[in-house]
Amino acid sequence: MTVSTIKSRPIYPGLSPDLNARRNIIVCDKAGAAAVAELFSRAGSAFAERATIILADSLSATETQTLSRDLAPAAVEIQPTLADGIARLRQLLETAPMGLRLYAAGSEPLIGLVVQAGLDFSIDHLSIRTEHRGSLKRRVQCVHCKTFIEDVTTNPVKCTGCGLTLLVRDHYSRRLAAFQGVCIDAEVPGEVPPTEALYL
Amino acid sequence: MGLTFRNETFRDDFTYTNSPSNIRRFPFPFVEDQYRYSVNIEPHTPGPKGSPFEYHFDVDEHYVSEMRDRAMVLAADPLRCQALPHMMTAQWDMLELLMTSLARDYPEHFTLHRDGSAWHWINRPLGIDQKFTFLDASTLPYQPMEFIGRQVQGDFSIQDQRDNQLWMDAGIITSQADWSLDFDVGMNFFEWHGPVPLAHEAGVFERALKFLLNLQIGKPVRRLNWTMTINPRLDTSPENYHKWASDRMTVTPENVGKKVHLRVEMQGLFRLPRSNAILFSIRGYLMSFEQIVTVPKWGRRLPRVLASLPPELVEYKSLGRYRDMALAYLAPYDDGAPTSPGGGPD
Repeated sequence: MTVSTIKSRPIYPGLSPDLNARRNIIVCDKAGAAAVAELFSRAGSAFAERATIILADSLSATETQTLSRDLAPAAVEIQPTLADGIARLRQLLETAPMGLRLYAAGSEPLIGLVVQAGLDFSIDHLSIRTEHRGSLKRRVQCVHCKTFIEDVTTNPVKCTGCGLTLLVRDHYSRRLAAFQGVCIDAEVPGEVPPTEALYL
Repeated sequence: MGLTFRNETFRDDFTYTNSPSNIRRFPFPFVEDQYRYSVNIEPHTPGPKGSPFEYHFDVDEHYVSEMRDRAMVLAADPLRCQALPHMMTAQWDMLELLMTSLARDYPEHFTLHRDGSAWHWINRPLGIDQKFTFLDASTLPYQPMEFIGRQVQGDFSIQDQRDNQLWMDAGIITSQADWSLDFDVGMNFFEWHGPVPLAHEAGVFERALKFLLNLQIGKPVRRLNWTMTINPRLDTSPENYHKWASDRMTVTPENVGKKVHLRVEMQGLFRLPRSNAILFSIRGYLMSFEQIVTVPKWGRRLPRVLASLPPELVEYKSLGRYRDMALAYLAPYDDGAPTSPGGGPD
């Protein structure tokens, strides 16, 4: 994970079990599932039995089988995309009981969208246990036209809304679950530094 | 007090300027010849008559034109004014503080009649006459923060206080020095100051937060902050950055005195009584270099301060493109004579 001097940039301390939670909801992607498996091996099966996992990623049949086995005895729900996974999470939070603990493991966009959903249900962001695994890709909002650009792996990046070339800053909004993108050649149009694949 | 409101623009043809009589009341922010980063908070107590510190909310000759510019910004981008749902009580706190202050300090321009919750607000310069029920938002044409925010110079944000933190949960921000309310709303004190260089490491924000968490009702504080803006443009927002940043490339040795403006923010902080939130007023003042150097002390001091800026600040305030030209322009006004302490003119 990139170390930043910008204090709004989130830090993900890593998953740790809340053994007192009556129910655990864990959202992860393929890369994050490995962190969840490690969490279970530390926390024991009683903890895992109280967990529902939303695994939001596109998986082959073999991967589905392997991951469901690795994550047993938790109930694993596979969702084909991150958006589907977040929609399912919001559904679960609608009827969530007291004593629920929320976890997120995987890419930053996944963690950010879980935290954003939690905020909408008055769950303190610091209470959500997070671990970054896998891709460094980012979710970026264009400050000019407000379009969200998903799965950004380069800096600068072209806005899919207004077409401006954006500098991806480390300034991060939890409410928007996005980093800020600002026009990089505003002073001298066309004066753009080389594109770097910083967030693969 | 005989204010004549100027009819001027902050965009396109940029007709904004300060009348000769307005120059000496500019809140020049540099109290010594060298730049130093500090919290520089002081009690917001009444200053000398006629100074921008005389009242809590300063109204000057630019009032009517600034409010017209704000209305244009809000029409083009409604997200410049936002309040999270739990901030309604704080919005009323803000409206009450501003209306009672203005009616008390500028009775020739503003009048507030209160009979229980039946209030009657009259704003003569803007031609507003509004009867409404205090604490009933359905009786106003806008939410309370926006209603009064459209009638007072300067930007405003409201900070909720919880968990030993301040949270920027509301604001009306149309003349900002390159930060986005829409992006920052909901952030805590450290987060929205995230991009500021040097100060975090110096512990400035920790000390400032600790101080502000203990801010008392009726004991507001203020500080001055500054940057530079090319042309007297109020809307230097990130949203429109791609439209105004190229102004920096238009500075030449011939026009630097007219184009480059020192932009000073008088920032006031007020504890609000019902919500326990903090109102943050960011009252901006713009003055071209050619007007600044008409005050000999400022003409001496400004080049000394500009020359002493650390490189991180030059970058953060985006002065790099034109700082050398500015220094060359200012150099003849520094005769090497000593300057008196404090920012005010001699």
